[in-house]
Amino acid sequence: MAILETQELTYTYSVGTPFEKTAVDHVSLSIEEGEMIGVIGHTGSGKSTLIQHFNGLLTPSSGKVILDGRDIWADKKKIRDVRFKVGLVFQYPEYQIFEETVYRDIAFGPKNMGLSDTEIKRRVLETANDIGLPEELLERSPFELSGGQKRRVAIAGVMAMEPRVLILDEPAAGLDPAGRELIFSHIRAYHRRTGNTTLIVSHSMEDVASFADRILVMNQGKVFCFDETEKVFARAEEITKIGLDVPQITKVFLELKRRGFDFGKEVYTVDSAKELILRRLSERKGL
Amino acid sequence: MSDIIKIEGLHFHYTSPDGSSTDEVLKGIDLTVKQGEFVAVLGHNGSGKSTLAKHINAILLPTEGKVTVDGIDTADESRIFELRQTAGMVFQNPDNQIVSSVVEEDVAFALENLGVPYEEMRERVDDALKTVGMYDLRLHSPSQLSGGQKQRVAIAGVLAMCPKCLILDESTAMLDPQGRKEVLATVRHMNREQGMTVILITHYMDEAAGCDRVVVMDGGSIIMDGTPEKVFSQVERLKEAGLDVPQVTELAYELRKAGYDISPEIINGEECADALAELLSS
Repeated sequence: MAILETQELTYTYSVGTPFEKTAVDHVSLSIEEGEMIGVIGHTGSGKSTLIQHFNGLLTPSSGKVILDGRDIWADKKKIRDVRFKVGLVFQYPEYQIFEETVYRDIAFGPKNMGLSDTEIKRRVLETANDIGLPEELLERSPFELSGGQKRRVAIAGVMAMEPRVLILDEPAAGLDPAGRELIFSHIRAYHRRTGNTTLIVSHSMEDVASFADRILVMNQGKVFCFDETEKVFARAEEITKIGLDVPQITKVFLELKRRGFDFGKEVYTVDSAKELILRRLSERKGL
Repeated sequence: MSDIIKIEGLHFHYTSPDGSSTDEVLKGIDLTVKQGEFVAVLGHNGSGKSTLAKHINAILLPTEGKVTVDGIDTADESRIFELRQTAGMVFQNPDNQIVSSVVEEDVAFALENLGVPYEEMRERVDDALKTVGMYDLRLHSPSQLSGGQKQRVAIAGVLAMCPKCLILDESTAMLDPQGRKEVLATVRHMNREQGMTVILITHYMDEAAGCDRVVVMDGGSIIMDGTPEKVFSQVERLKEAGLDVPQVTELAYELRKAGYDISPEIINGEECADALAELLSS
């Protein structure tokens, strides 16, 4: 069943000024419960504006956002509930940390939801574990931690609210390769444990290819495509044309195809590339 | 070509306000960079690469050892302004580096501080803006620019000082792929056309693959130093240091491991496509 839907969602900034710009243009899409989705688009494609509609930070100029079968703006007084159900982690969330201890920072959201102390404790401990923060860090000041650890504290703070939909905007920005991989594997661990719906915004097709069930590609305020990972990469050439980068290995295989070596499928990871090449080589040996 | 940066036996540790000192961040660095070189510095977070960069224009001073830039000892306080005009630095966050509300005024900021005469300042600011491709937007407010455009303004501000050496400390980390391309193309142009020495600190392996030389840091020491081909061909050592290699290098490495004759020194897509085509048709 669809957990989140948009119907003809449109948003225009600065209406009536010279800066008027339609950032999201008649977007209709539907996200199923439990999906892991990658959101891609270059700066100005409308992806950030779109995700800010999902938890009611922006009100549509026209069209609707439907969460769990209900228009989120049907009753304005209930928008707070929407923000508990849809958790949004901004870029560089470590700048939003403010509490005295890691524990209290993660507990801030659940506390505001009016949960009991026992329930808050359970959630803090479980999410800290999912995100890879050892228990002995919980009583430390978050400001003594490394940048990567601070980032994880901030993400845990939203996860601990156990939103049904978790949206992360560039959670790995500015991290080194090992740090990127670590963050993604922790997000996956949380996703597996809770079975929630997760959306990750990223600039890196390589990262998105490694975790997403489906990829949403935004371009000029519109949905360019929203499909299974493999089907999106089948359109690699078009994607390059709208200014997005496809993985390096995908480009190599496009070039090979031009030179007459067609493998009949899209390649976006080193593992599948290796497998295809080795199979082709051993087939030839067999002849 | 002459050496522009000379780092000899550099050790460094931070000192806390209470006087206690941290573990050593830099543990005996020796590094020489020639005039006109384009050097990438790689290393995972905490490997010491930014700390090293900050020694080049005296934001930090060695605990032990010596750093000279174009013959100026960075510890010589009397020549610090001269040093900072020789080696300019661009940081990670574009929003932290812009001070004015008009693009061209931001680029002129340092020159005004140096008391450069108006006519000359006008010329240097215009030249710098043209070099980074921001001349048409010179009267805009930086707040209306994209991240990549802001970084190019920050670079122009450094260029207006006509430095011999430009240091980019993860200056592309907060940019989208388009912004990264813009900044790198600008820097590459300055390196090729004007012979400017560039030190590029980055997490992006594809950026490093396009440099003359790659220096890899781990635990406060330099563990590898060579051409991108030589450095990236050591896939396992790089992975141990918490780094990645370009996808094509990894593929070549895997195919070699499986017993096929393919060069380990493949670092870009074109080379990889050529090598695979050859392998498949042999």
